[in-house]
Amino acid sequence: MINNSKKIALTGGAAAAEALRQINPDVMPVYPITPQTPIIETFAKMVADGEADTEMIEAESEHSAMSAAVGASAAGVRAMTASSSQGIMLMAEILPIASGMRLPILMLVSARAISAPINIHGDHQDVMFVRDAGWIQIFSENAQEVYDNTLIALKLAEKKRIPAMVIMDGFQTSHSVENLEILENSAAKNFVGEYKAKNHLLDFEDPKTFGPVSLPNSFFEFKRAQAESMDGAIGEIGEIFGEYGKISGREYDLFEAYRLDDAEKAIVVAGSTAGTAKVAVDELREQGEKAGLLKIKLFRPFPYDQVAEVLKNVGKIAVFDRTVSFGANAPLCGEIIQTISTIPNKKFTIQSCIYGLGGREIFKEDIKKVFEGLSGDKIEGIKYIGLK
Amino acid sequence: MTLIVNKQLSSKLAPGHSTCAGCGIPAIARTVLGATDDPVVVVNVTGCLEVTSTLYPYSAWKVPWIHSAFENGGATAAGIDGAVKALKKKNRIPEDKKIKVVVFAGDGGTYDIGLQSLSGALERQHDFLYVCYDNEAYMNTGGQRSGATPYGADTETTPAGKKSFGKKEKRKDLMSIVIAHHLKYAAQANVAYLNDLKTKAKKALEMEGPRFLLVLQPCTNLWKFPTSQYVNIGRLATETNFWPLWEYFDGKYKINWATENPKPLEVFLKTQGRFKHLFKPGGEKVIAEMQKEVEENWKRLVNFVEV
Repeated sequence: MINNSKKIALTGGAAAAEALRQINPDVMPVYPITPQTPIIETFAKMVADGEADTEMIEAESEHSAMSAAVGASAAGVRAMTASSSQGIMLMAEILPIASGMRLPILMLVSARAISAPINIHGDHQDVMFVRDAGWIQIFSENAQEVYDNTLIALKLAEKKRIPAMVIMDGFQTSHSVENLEILENSAAKNFVGEYKAKNHLLDFEDPKTFGPVSLPNSFFEFKRAQAESMDGAIGEIGEIFGEYGKISGREYDLFEAYRLDDAEKAIVVAGSTAGTAKVAVDELREQGEKAGLLKIKLFRPFPYDQVAEVLKNVGKIAVFDRTVSFGANAPLCGEIIQTISTIPNKKFTIQSCIYGLGGREIFKEDIKKVFEGLSGDKIEGIKYIGLK
Repeated sequence: MTLIVNKQLSSKLAPGHSTCAGCGIPAIARTVLGATDDPVVVVNVTGCLEVTSTLYPYSAWKVPWIHSAFENGGATAAGIDGAVKALKKKNRIPEDKKIKVVVFAGDGGTYDIGLQSLSGALERQHDFLYVCYDNEAYMNTGGQRSGATPYGADTETTPAGKKSFGKKEKRKDLMSIVIAHHLKYAAQANVAYLNDLKTKAKKALEMEGPRFLLVLQPCTNLWKFPTSQYVNIGRLATETNFWPLWEYFDGKYKINWATENPKPLEVFLKTQGRFKHLFKPGGEKVIAEMQKEVEENWKRLVNFVEV
């Protein structure tokens, strides 16, 4: 029985702030953008009340917020920020600089649509746009996972020296109040531990040069080392999940395989829609359908082998992307196609579904209809769920 | 004696860099950094100094150094300042430990692409010294015009031609923009006057909060003059009042060098290939316009001092 936690009702944004309060980051450069503001406002109030003594930097743009995070992290301290949508687009230049310099910055993301036309509501276009920035990306289904993932991702980031994004769905998760359990302060603090940077700018005895010029004779090796390190994060996160399970009682894995064991058809989805999908799966199961769900959590690095293992017996798969890749497979669908291509002697049917762009609702019935469609022999092209 | 001086000069930036012959940037960096004995962290934005001093696996820097991007010198320094403040607050470094954060950036990284980042960091009153070495164009990319390029200059993107006399717009008044941020200290200096630069750097480094130095850096490639001449040409910039030496401290302006009889601007212009086209028929009007600008700027500066 775990007794070092307490139940509390919070929005996803406030749950993230709660984890930040316990981590007590050293520096937090921020810039406001909807729907990320509840995170930074809640945390700023905590600092104002003396519950954390973080150095807040109210930057004049997201580009500067991430640049300041790079400066602070290179100086050897814990630096974090939060953003969304256009903010992530604006800081996009600095994201690969953070990962290229191996700085374990943590960013909370309240995922949102990107312009044009402008739309402030939730989808995954922003985080998918920067999926190749060399950052760990972890999706959260609800406020509980936002809280848990914040602690877990920080530990992983610092262990691997790779920056990480903890992603929640804008509004659906960032602004909805849910019950969750949070750890006692001491348990959370012990879990993340003290941060000791391997190299930093305040080492005056042994000064380091960060971000030098690298020509064709060395650049490739830098990138190869980074790629290798990223791949290795899959094994590390497994260990961290295990450690976290022991103190929280919540056992996590790279993804959540929901009623997949004997499933004949499954949907794959990331984020808050997994909650709706679970209800759909339960109802279909009651009707005797062998339906299942694969909820993606770790998107970067993508755990191809482990996903293949749980999908290998599922013949019919619908992949739900809350983004669009114009003229190509949607990102998650592309990863699933890649995954099943490694499974020998099995024929798969893949249905790509695009849903929820710009905050468009998705209902249980929509998901059930997709399962129904999987029963047929013919798969149409991309299905746009809930399109008018 | 020379050996000792050289050793001191290169104690923070070693001789192994690869700036062009006749480039004053290392002298600027060494003079500024030589003006303090406190530990220094250097932020270098993309540009000539960055690219010539850190060719992996070598680094000419003997102090902690970071290059992140082109337009974020102010924000990067802000993050380091934030880290130092956080560590002091948490007693992880002593409260009285003095750590200087110094940014080096060219005019492109300061007047143009980095202006917002600089403005934000100045407004938030971060504790840092920002040094802009101003060679009046994008020289790391081969000589394109910037917001610092003077009216009438021939550059790769404002070439003089049959229907063009070069750049048609005046230089941005960066010093006024910087001073509008309520900072304590800002000064205009010139690589040709290293003692003046040293005095200003020392003054600036002893203060807290945001401080700013704008240092003229005659560039042999863009300005087109023999590599032996950068000091002489830098001097002419000041002797013609094209580049006065002055400082702003606590709301007061001070001119550091003045002459009763400034040389005509032509004397400065004719030393450089970038103004060569102005000495052909028709160029006199442009030179007259430039001379007028110099005189107006000088008058304005003198007025500030008198006020």
